[in-house]
Amino acid sequence: MTERINKLRRQSLDAIPTMSYERAQLLTEFYKSGEPGKHSVPVVRAMAFKYILEHKELCINDGELFVGEKGPEPKATPTYPELCIHSKDDLEILHNREKVWFKSSDETRNVILNEVAPFWNGKSIREKILAEVDEEWRDAYKAGIFTEFMEQRAPGHTVGDDKIFRKGMLDFKKEIEEELGKLDFYNDKEAFAKREELRAMNIAADAIMLFAKRYSAKLFDLAAKEKDTQRKNELETMAGICQRVPANAPRTMWEALQYYWFIHLGITTELNTWDSFNPGRLDQHLQPFYKRDLESGLVTEEFAKELLHSFWIKFNNQPAPPKVGVTAQESNTYTDFCLINVGGVTEKGEDATNEMTYILLDVIEEMRLLQPSSMVQVSKKNPDRLLKRALKIIRTGYGQPSIFNTDAIIQELTRQGKSIIDARCGGASGCVEAGAFGKESYILTGYFNIPKVFEITLNNGFDPRTQKQIGLQTGDPTTFKTYDEFYSAFEKQLNHFVDIKIKGNIIIERIYAQYMPAPFMSILIDDCIKKGKDYNAGGARYNSSYIQGVGLGTITDSLSSIKYNVYEKKNLTMSEMLELLKSNFENKKDLRDKLFFETPRYGNDDDAADNLTRQVFESYFAAIDGRPNTKGGHFRVDLLPTTCHVYFGSVLGATPDGRYAKEPVSEGISPVQGADVHGPTAVIKSASKIDHLRTGGTLLNQKFTPNFLSTDDGIEKVVNLIRTYFRLDGHHIQFNVVNAELLKEAQKHPEKYRDLIVRVAGYSDYFVDLGIDLQNEIINRTEHMSF
Amino acid sequence: MNLDILIFTEQIEVLNFQMACSGYIFDIKKYSVNDGPGIRTTVFLKGCPLVCTWCHNPESQRNEPEEIENCSFRWNLHADHSKKNTVGAKIYVDEVIREIEKDRMFYEESKGGVTFSGGEPMLQLEFLSSVLTECRTRDIHTAIDTTGYAPFADFERIYDSTNIFLYDLKLMDEELHFEFCGVPNKLIHENLRKLAELGGKVILRIPVIPTITATEKNINSMIEFISSLKNIREIDLLPFHNTAKSKYERMKRLNKVAELIPPTDDYMNELKNRFSLLNIPVKIGG
Repeated sequence: MTERINKLRRQSLDAIPTMSYERAQLLTEFYKSGEPGKHSVPVVRAMAFKYILEHKELCINDGELFVGEKGPEPKATPTYPELCIHSKDDLEILHNREKVWFKSSDETRNVILNEVAPFWNGKSIREKILAEVDEEWRDAYKAGIFTEFMEQRAPGHTVGDDKIFRKGMLDFKKEIEEELGKLDFYNDKEAFAKREELRAMNIAADAIMLFAKRYSAKLFDLAAKEKDTQRKNELETMAGICQRVPANAPRTMWEALQYYWFIHLGITTELNTWDSFNPGRLDQHLQPFYKRDLESGLVTEEFAKELLHSFWIKFNNQPAPPKVGVTAQESNTYTDFCLINVGGVTEKGEDATNEMTYILLDVIEEMRLLQPSSMVQVSKKNPDRLLKRALKIIRTGYGQPSIFNTDAIIQELTRQGKSIIDARCGGASGCVEAGAFGKESYILTGYFNIPKVFEITLNNGFDPRTQKQIGLQTGDPTTFKTYDEFYSAFEKQLNHFVDIKIKGNIIIERIYAQYMPAPFMSILIDDCIKKGKDYNAGGARYNSSYIQGVGLGTITDSLSSIKYNVYEKKNLTMSEMLELLKSNFENKKDLRDKLFFETPRYGNDDDAADNLTRQVFESYFAAIDGRPNTKGGHFRVDLLPTTCHVYFGSVLGATPDGRYAKEPVSEGISPVQGADVHGPTAVIKSASKIDHLRTGGTLLNQKFTPNFLSTDDGIEKVVNLIRTYFRLDGHHIQFNVVNAELLKEAQKHPEKYRDLIVRVAGYSDYFVDLGIDLQNEIINRTEHMSF
Repeated sequence: MNLDILIFTEQIEVLNFQMACSGYIFDIKKYSVNDGPGIRTTVFLKGCPLVCTWCHNPESQRNEPEEIENCSFRWNLHADHSKKNTVGAKIYVDEVIREIEKDRMFYEESKGGVTFSGGEPMLQLEFLSSVLTECRTRDIHTAIDTTGYAPFADFERIYDSTNIFLYDLKLMDEELHFEFCGVPNKLIHENLRKLAELGGKVILRIPVIPTITATEKNINSMIEFISSLKNIREIDLLPFHNTAKSKYERMKRLNKVAELIPPTDDYMNELKNRFSLLNIPVKIGG
């Protein structure tokens, strides 16, 4: 790592996350200008986008090789009042909360509270959503049955493909013009809507080019004043690059990366899309540029790495948008889930690894930054070298990269109806979500608390926490004669709440389609231009809506406990069980331990438990998969939690598996913390009993002590372990290689462990930034130490 | 009766007999990565004729199930969460096979298999032999981790159904062996010589116990002895570790090596170099 990179990296690590009012203020200025009243919604959105990029402050950090920040400086984080207005209390909470805070100055507070908020009050999407959904939706939401992704952030889960590396904005504009020319106002009833959308895209394309031009001019200015010849040359080169891209297709690696960065800023400035956009298969995209640059002598391997280092730091400078309330609890992190993919297969289905794959893995290891996240795609066609290299990074203990099964992803995507080529060119993004990069809108709509539905079933539709009848009256469980009778009541409740969630989703999808189009992002996702349709309205080639199931381990073990202890062994009656849960096992520790240790539990390759996992999975799948969304696509399932398992646990009373009230539920498809006692092979066997290929992603967490990966032989065996999981169609596996003792030490002395990064769930985070519940949860995940 | 059917019926009876055979085990460990090649399942059979001072599985020594505090993580067919747990359980061949089969995919991927350890697995010969035969039928790689203290005829009986013998070599001096392991070493060393002569199935396992086995004299005699053996596949040097400390406490047994300090990496590497001169692959750890 060069001196310059060291400095930039340090700056990025030390930068203080702040609230920036810049975007909100510019947006409000534009909306107050009277212009919006004169145009259609998409055009107004594009004009607003352009106004922001025309006026926002330019930031060029000393020594950096790429320009552009979301805010006026690193980690100055914009807000999006058109979606979600921050109140005085919100700012206070964000400023003062112990974890994932955002500082705001008096000036910021003044602008946000006195200029921005008064204008947007009553107009924000969040308010529209809460006004439009049903009472039963609100009750279920308050009870913690599900969360809602779109109440503070825009839909946007998607990833770039190779098109920006082949085409410039001028090329896209040509395509837009062509489609405008083809509009048939006599026969196409949507012609006007298409025209407005295409015009909006055109304005958005101009806006990003303008933004680059502003940078170019500023870079030339700086170059003229620069005394240091090397830096002067660099600044001139960068000025030239910003003149060329994104208007034109990039020719060099440097141009390609700066181009991508403008795209990244564009998309995340237009809206605060869930999961920051990302370049996707970066090793595939960069390899041709790298090879050419290397041959022509434009870069050396060292300089290529320096470029990538500098590029990496840009990601780390952009914390996820400030979140409050339930949204903050379900995704409590600065990480914005930009997941760089390496490895996998080519569009022809061949091993895709190349020199750039390994260079990027070096960069990941050297940078050790929170952002961007990284993953390796492993197909049966990829060499073990790829896996071994990844494991050597993983064993250094910072939770990156995570490991994905390309062959499973391809089958998941093709089952959903994607072409094999689009599937092969896809990958995973966010935490673990499979997608056809550049061609799909795959929206995560909210987490779904499966164990909570179980609790509601135990209470005949009543929620003990909010003291409200929110579910169906499926019967008093003490009257159920068999486990099957109990299960069918649970299944009815499950379907009931899924229906409520889906109805809400349909309303929210339409709110975004009508009021909050994203013309800039639409340029980049096929086939929005061709269809003249916005990304948020079904313009993408594929449109999937996900409801993410949480708590598979907890629900399995809870059902297992009912089946085993109440119906089979008759260790206690249903009424006794209900009493026990109500009392949170008070003075009944022995009985609680009996339930915890003697119930057959998920994660031990024991079919007595795992058959129930299969049963729940099938019910969840049947309730959701294949139902139509409003964009011509379908609802799908995936199983991942981010940090939501902590929130979902906090709204849940004691469960029959011996879990105390308010403790986190299990995360992803991992077993309940401490329930798996037969090692990683048993966990993998259990986890592979659900059909991963019918999901859009599952998340399996494994924790190893460092000695398991300390030797080549140890690495070899973990390679075998992963390969076996993938033969069994496992979707994803991630590892925390860290001692529980070290984590406990870090809890006691956080100041000494500022740099300790751990794997949470589909992403990594600073351990000391995690809430205490989550810290404990990570410590308690079974550490596979000695076998 | 048709002869074929007769033979068939007999086979079934033999099979039933084998499956009906039972033994005592005290643990089954999955993802066992230090007991032979690949990913393995290790089945720990209970009972041992030796009482080694440094034994890290003191719960393996007695033949019958026994009580130990806080052992919820041990394999136990009759799980009991109470503070005192029973170590050891009777298990039938078909039950063991069912557990072994669960990780078949991992063995196939890693070229691993199953290891029978203990205790001394040879002590339960009928049970062991039945399980090994069944594994052979099912094409599962087998290894036996043995002290070598059993009649040679017993080794001959299971030789064909065993892929690898992980054979312990501890102390060369007869008196010291008796003092620290509780039995003489003559039979062990004779068996080793004969077993090695039968073919290349032997991996030597040498526990490196400071002041006991890791003495100049013992190491030198070992090297001399090994140089006289044929067909040794590999030598594994197993450094002493203190992980059994709490087991001794919970079992209320005297731990004679409680104060012993594990050998340094430097020392282990030095030993590795010395054993390497025998032109046999040497590994630190299993």
